[in-house]
Amino acid sequence: MRAYDLIELAGRNLREAGLRNSLTTLGIGVGVASLVAMLSLGIGLQKLATRQLGRSGLFDTVVVTSRQDSRGPRFAQAAPVTGQAKPLDDAARRSFEQMPNVAEVYPNFSAVGDVRLESNKSGSHFTVVGTLPQSARNSESFDDVQGSFFSANDAQEVVILSDFGRELLDLPREPRGSDLKLTQDQADQLLGKYVVLRYHKREAGESAPLSGKATKKKGESDPDDIDNGDATQAEDTQSFNLVPQQLKLKIVGIVSSEPNRGLRQGRTPVFLPLALAESLDMVQAGELWSTLRPSETKIYIALIVRVAKSKAVAQVEEDIKKQGFSTFSILDASKGITRFFTFLDLFLGIFGSLALAVASLGIVNTLVMAILERRREIGIMKALGASDGDVKRIFFFEAGSMGLLGGALGAGLGWTIGRVINFATNIYLQRQDIKPENFWVIPPWLVGAALAFSIFVSLFAGLYPASRAAKLDPVQALRHD
Amino acid sequence: MATNGTEFESVRTVSVVRHYKLGRTLIPAVDGVSLAAGRGEFIALLGASGSGKSTLLNLIAGLDRPDSGAIVVEGSDLATMSSEQLAQYRRHTVGMVFQSFNLVPTMTLYENVELPMRFAEVKRKERRARGVEALERVGLGDRMQHRPSEMSGGEQQRAALARALVNRPKLLLADEPTGNLDSKTGKEIMDLIRELNRTLEMTVIMVTHERSLAERYANRLVFLGDGKLVGESVNELEKIGATR
Ligand SMILES: Nc1ncnc2c1ncn2[C@@H]1O[C@H](COP(=O)(O)OP(=O)(O)O)[C@@H](O)[C@H]1O
Ligand SMILES: [Mg+2]
Repeated sequence: MRAYDLIELAGRNLREAGLRNSLTTLGIGVGVASLVAMLSLGIGLQKLATRQLGRSGLFDTVVVTSRQDSRGPRFAQAAPVTGQAKPLDDAARRSFEQMPNVAEVYPNFSAVGDVRLESNKSGSHFTVVGTLPQSARNSESFDDVQGSFFSANDAQEVVILSDFGRELLDLPREPRGSDLKLTQDQADQLLGKYVVLRYHKREAGESAPLSGKATKKKGESDPDDIDNGDATQAEDTQSFNLVPQQLKLKIVGIVSSEPNRGLRQGRTPVFLPLALAESLDMVQAGELWSTLRPSETKIYIALIVRVAKSKAVAQVEEDIKKQGFSTFSILDASKGITRFFTFLDLFLGIFGSLALAVASLGIVNTLVMAILERRREIGIMKALGASDGDVKRIFFFEAGSMGLLGGALGAGLGWTIGRVINFATNIYLQRQDIKPENFWVIPPWLVGAALAFSIFVSLFAGLYPASRAAKLDPVQALRHD
Repeated sequence: MATNGTEFESVRTVSVVRHYKLGRTLIPAVDGVSLAAGRGEFIALLGASGSGKSTLLNLIAGLDRPDSGAIVVEGSDLATMSSEQLAQYRRHTVGMVFQSFNLVPTMTLYENVELPMRFAEVKRKERRARGVEALERVGLGDRMQHRPSEMSGGEQQRAALARALVNRPKLLLADEPTGNLDSKTGKEIMDLIRELNRTLEMTVIMVTHERSLAERYANRLVFLGDGKLVGESVNELEKIGATR
């Protein structure tokens, strides 16, 4: 039998028992919808989680420290310290920048200074000062920034935490949580205003202090912290001077959480543009402990390598290790999260499939009923020359059609359910002052897979009725009653 | 098996046995029937109810397989055929009509007539002409879009005849085709069958229990009793008519 005859015969059979077949198809549709809804919830949640984690900077960040410096970030010790040690200098920084999949390399910058509002001569606040690379503008914290990101990488501007903003305005500490946004009024009092940052600049160690300026002399470093055997640090008795400096900075942005927090430790409430901070030669927290001295080549305590896609983190980390540096990333943690979502998707998938399984029993039922009803017709068709295969194909095609229609219906229904729940939840979230999220995602492949799965399940359900119809004895079917 | 005269032979059954199991007992529905029908012959199968007429017809139609014995139709042995080949044989070689017409009630007359052409994979372009021709031949050219339920019994049986001949089979098997019709309509159907038998040179094997009809239309009468051949008579009158 030719394909169009098969389609026509199956089609007219489907129409003939229209109501029953529609209900069966609807059942399949509901089953597919539940599957689509469940899986799209899983996918949506996973996307949301990886997006949040990705923007937190945790999963695409590799921290690089020199192997000679055991004083790096605590976690650097997790990396094996073998092979030849190399200085973490500008050459190393450039070589990281040129590696494939590396988006950005910047030093782990953390200095201290005094910050006060320009208009307020008395109230100065001693604080940690950090930096933000250009990529930080995409970080989650800037989603609801008051003001904006830095206008340029070397602009004389500053971004502060809302909590620090309250300190600057001499407001009482917020008991409801330090990450509470400033009111519009409070923000207006700060944005566009200037702060004065007082910090210490590091200058090459000379025997005589600079005239006219207060100079602190740094004594010999703590011997516990130095790898004294290293050639590059042979002159570790040399000192350098700390020269107090003052800089006027415009407040351009106020954020309620620390952007690019990544693996940063402690609390950093004030941020400078990266290039500006690097040009200032500020004394950094770690440097007070190390023997690092100002020299022709700048030596970094740690460099943060941001990888363009989190999948490439392992490769980048491997490459950097090969160059002779210690690295750290929390890739392993992210693997655990992926595994969790695989299980969640599996669970939701099984749950969703149950409805489809029940619906497929509907197909079996409908088709077995149809065989009983069309017993005589099947006998006639066989007498007229239909082969067992022809009869089987007709029933199979009917099952497949219900699967296809049900699948399409279900995908549409699932999509609509997802939209509606998304919409409703976001209204709720907005009432709670939480940013709306798209946690219900239906990718095109899911629609295709749902259709295919629905057809597959329907054909499977049609297997028994079809072979039963094919085996029907025409002589029995045609015996007149 | 007789080899001479094979080219004039349409159907030959050799010691065909078909029995049904009912619990422990075997019911021999057809019990060693050997029968031959020449090309273009019109044979009437007569016998009491339950004598095995329908069972024999279904065996010749390839709808059923014998437990033993051979059935050769148009030179091919049905026993050697796969079920797919049997379906093919039913499509092209056999046309069937039944006492209860067996039209598909949800299809129009034309659709009923088209059905065997679907299985025989007749090209779509050809179907219309062949379907119309078959329906016109039985006098239903203007009733093609009607459903069986809108037709009288005689008209339904004529439509069933159109359906049986549309694939141009060599053999027409009719199981009590007039059994559900009044005698006048029955005669019309018989006239039609005789016309097909003569003009299309179809071999006809017709089951009936009306001896008068058999004597009037058939070349040869074959009598079955308890699944066995119990008698045969050549209808001399009819034979003269058939040779013209
Ligand atoms: N499926 C069956 N199961 C059991 N016995 C059957 C079956 N079909 C036919 N028979 C028996 O076979 C015999 C012949 O039946 P059948 O060929 O229909 O007779 P006829 O057509 O001559 O009236 C009958 O005794 C009938 O009861
Ligand atoms: Mg009978």
